[in-house]
Amino acid sequence: MVSKLLAVLTSLKLTVLCLAVAVILVFIGTIAQVDQGLYRAQELYFKSFLIYWPGTGFPVFPGGYTVGTVLLVNLLAAHGKRFQFSRKKFGIFLTHVGLILLLLGQLFTDLLSRESALHFEEGESKNYSVDFRKNELALIDRSDKRTETIVSVPESLLDEGAVLKDDRLPFRVRVHQHWPNLDVRMPNPHNEKPTGFFAPTADRGGRVWIRPRPSETAMDQRDNPGATIELLVGERSLGTWFVSTLLKPSPLDFDNRKYDVVLRHRRYYEPFSLTLIKATHDVYKGTEVPKNFSSRVRLLNPETRVDRETLIYMNYPLRYGGLTFYQHQMAANEMVTQSGLLPSSTLQVVRNPTWLTPYLACLLVGAGLIIQFAIHLVGFLRKQRTKVRPGTAPPSGGRSKRTAQDRR
Amino acid sequence: MKNKLPWIILGVFLLWVGYSLLPKSPAGIDHAGFGKLPVLLNGRLQPMDSVAMNALLQIRGIRNIPLEGFDTEGNWGKFQELPYDMNEPFKARSWYDFDKHPDKLDATQWLMEVMMRPELADERYLFAVNHPDLISNYDLNGKGLDRSGLRFFSFHELQPHIGRIEAESGKVNEKPELRTPYERAIAKLSHTLVLYLRLKNSLQPQDTDDFAAELDGYLTEIGPEIEAFERYRNDEDYDETAITNLLTRMERYDAANRLAYPLLVPPAAPDEKPDDWNSVGKALMDTIHTRNVPEAVTLYAGLSSAYNSGDADGFNAVLARYRDRLNVQFPQELSKAEWEHLYNRFSPFHKSIVLYIVAFLLACCSWFRFSEWMNRSAHFLILLAVLIHTTGLVTRMILENRPPVTNLYSSAIFVGWGAVILGLVLERFYRDGIGNVIAGIVGFLTLLIAHNLSLSGDTMEMMQAVLDTNFWLATHVVVITLGYSATFVAGFLSLVYIARGLFTKTLSRATAKGLARMVYGIICFATLFSFVGTVLGGIWADQSWGRFWGWDPKENGALMIVIWNALILHCRWGGIVREQGLINLAVIGNVITAFSWFGVNLLSIGLHSYGFMDGSFQWMVIFTISQMFFLGLGVIPQRYWLSFSKFRSAPSTATG
Repeated sequence: MVSKLLAVLTSLKLTVLCLAVAVILVFIGTIAQVDQGLYRAQELYFKSFLIYWPGTGFPVFPGGYTVGTVLLVNLLAAHGKRFQFSRKKFGIFLTHVGLILLLLGQLFTDLLSRESALHFEEGESKNYSVDFRKNELALIDRSDKRTETIVSVPESLLDEGAVLKDDRLPFRVRVHQHWPNLDVRMPNPHNEKPTGFFAPTADRGGRVWIRPRPSETAMDQRDNPGATIELLVGERSLGTWFVSTLLKPSPLDFDNRKYDVVLRHRRYYEPFSLTLIKATHDVYKGTEVPKNFSSRVRLLNPETRVDRETLIYMNYPLRYGGLTFYQHQMAANEMVTQSGLLPSSTLQVVRNPTWLTPYLACLLVGAGLIIQFAIHLVGFLRKQRTKVRPGTAPPSGGRSKRTAQDRR
Repeated sequence: MKNKLPWIILGVFLLWVGYSLLPKSPAGIDHAGFGKLPVLLNGRLQPMDSVAMNALLQIRGIRNIPLEGFDTEGNWGKFQELPYDMNEPFKARSWYDFDKHPDKLDATQWLMEVMMRPELADERYLFAVNHPDLISNYDLNGKGLDRSGLRFFSFHELQPHIGRIEAESGKVNEKPELRTPYERAIAKLSHTLVLYLRLKNSLQPQDTDDFAAELDGYLTEIGPEIEAFERYRNDEDYDETAITNLLTRMERYDAANRLAYPLLVPPAAPDEKPDDWNSVGKALMDTIHTRNVPEAVTLYAGLSSAYNSGDADGFNAVLARYRDRLNVQFPQELSKAEWEHLYNRFSPFHKSIVLYIVAFLLACCSWFRFSEWMNRSAHFLILLAVLIHTTGLVTRMILENRPPVTNLYSSAIFVGWGAVILGLVLERFYRDGIGNVIAGIVGFLTLLIAHNLSLSGDTMEMMQAVLDTNFWLATHVVVITLGYSATFVAGFLSLVYIARGLFTKTLSRATAKGLARMVYGIICFATLFSFVGTVLGGIWADQSWGRFWGWDPKENGALMIVIWNALILHCRWGGIVREQGLINLAVIGNVITAFSWFGVNLLSIGLHSYGFMDGSFQWMVIFTISQMFFLGLGVIPQRYWLSFSKFRSAPSTATG
């Protein structure tokens, strides 16, 4: 039984099957992006173990994680079983080590990497970046003028009926309702309530009309979740709040301390700050085609006493503190300055501890393939030289010799 | 005799190629000289000729305009002189009218008319309009020119409808991919009309009579007008008519400036701002502050007036003066524009396309008659074609100062180039015509694709900031494109295997074996290149966007090629497939490569739109179906193949 399983796990047929499944998977996952959007299709097809028939819980095809795992196991098992060092197989060995590294690297990237954005205007400093795909309920103690104390709860914990508490907070949070994505309208005396909208049952946080809507699929669209929550001290209620990423923080005075209650995009704080000194946005004369985006920033870390200026531009990111800052968007052209706004820049902030693996993997696989195919080619050429060539052309030894010499 | 035939054929084609390089006689107005003048468009300096050619390709789809044809009675003559029948369009020369050689305007000649004698240009049969509803909606049925079913109309004929066309095109779906064919047609017509109007206003305001006369004494005229304006601003007494005159003047120049397409006036301080070129309209508006008309404007005005009065000597003299001026301040720009002009005239890829197809046919024929001379001729022609192809490629690289592949157009050129080189290498080893066939057909098809891509405008456009890195363009893009080439070569070799084996008796066992070995070798090569190219792309993405892999359609397409090639190799190593299976898998490689090269670019296109079934998508589908058809043939057991039926009893063996 075990040996049979081992035979299957190490077989080349399994490799071929995995590769065939992978091609199909990549194809349907790519086509699905048309309807589902890049992000969701990626979650459904590539970052999943099984793909379900739409609308049912019925699995119909293995997902990216399954194929990747099986392929990895197959690779490791086959090499474990058949590995023996020989010069003839060295290229193949190197190639597969590189592949294993690449697959593992991507797995860890999936697990460990984090993307966020840092938007600032010229002159502005920030010590945090914002993750637009994730949201948090933040309770901010603003009593101290110099530092804020923030307790935040990821949106994923905001289940209806849940009661959340934290020792740093004098009160508990009870979640009444939670909507993953909402249309929000501000009422005014002149308009009537649009159809489908209703007012959330909360006495604080602003008067609004809301309407739940399905999750966004387009790349440039974000979900705007909302929730109604109640703050409790013992069993006494301090009130119910409607919070949404589209609304401003609502203030709360309690026990001589000032708080803000807000549902916002998740923020990651860093021990250092970046200040935007200058944003540059050049286009080619007579066109709208961007020629150059660049941000001159000042990097300040009081702990390590780092204080330096640097230029971040396309293809030249800043790597610091385990993070990489990439030039992403830019609003600094004539239109911006003419409309009286300050030029601003958005950096993409990525934490990816395994970012070096693809570099190494590429080297290994590339070298492995070159070695292997060079062995093939040399063998082929040798055969060509000695053998009468097949084909319709009349064989001619003189020519074949010339061919071989030309190759050198 | 047969030994000399290949040389004779090569000689004939060499003459043909050389002929187009001969300078045309410069009698009369120096059109070519005008075509060489540098202007700024799309953020880059280019000769007038490129502006003209790209505009004409967008508007008309063809690089010249015939001036003669048939009327409804079948009489031949200049369109202006033929009787205008309201019920039926004029007819252009058909391919079988061998005795008719219509006078034509080339792109630069046409542009000169548009810029300097618009009233004449308005009569040319320029705008390609083919949607039947569009023709009937705008009452164009009996108008225009009919060229083998394609219809062309003059600006004059369309002019009364411009308002409606603009209004209608303003209402089409904002997303190009969701437009119906009618919406596409109207949007394209409106786009080309605007392009035409912009060209008309680039050298002078379109209602100009005699530009030189207008500018002659211009400065003395506007002196008092500006003075009146100053007095008005300082709340002093002023001459009201003078101010009105100034405003009318400036409104006219402002309109020309807003519409101007290429920027004709070189920068005053080229050292500080080398690309600060200006439109003629803007330069004339600036005279309010500078009180000085740039010399370039005066000279262009001189050109326009001389052109209008048919004064060839005057025209050529002004042209020579302007070129001397440019030669002092902008020697590099001028010589670059001249090179690009030569490149346009020579049009290397159009030459190669002809050579490739002729070579392909010759090489195919050589199998049936086993005639060595045909194969040798094919080989010579391919060598000539590849020489021209390479010249074109290198010229583009020098002109752009870029690695070979910068956009879809140049990727087609380069995929073809890589495949042809591979074909030649194969031919060198095997000398049985297969390499020639592959080089011929892939070279022909890819250059045909490139030609069609060039119809949408400038093929040397500037690179967006994120792509503006010669390092990654030279590594990732080149390597991945060679991966495409190799996969296509393997796929097309398989097509040769199937077609020759199944339908002819010319595929011997040994040749078949050799073919399969070629396919295998090329796939090894393709795997290496597509893998390294894909990972390099990931690393570039990591450098510029912060992620190695994002499952973006283009990335997925590349990944599919890598996986597919790896699958073929593993099948082969594991003995899961033999010769025939290998061939069939390689055919599927064609489909996958086409998908990742072109198909993914179509994905932004909504799948539900009616207008979806045209353009490249249609070709993508046709190609896929054709490959599936070949695959269907490929799986037919080999004992039914014409070539192998005599080997029926021989056991088929795996090849190593």
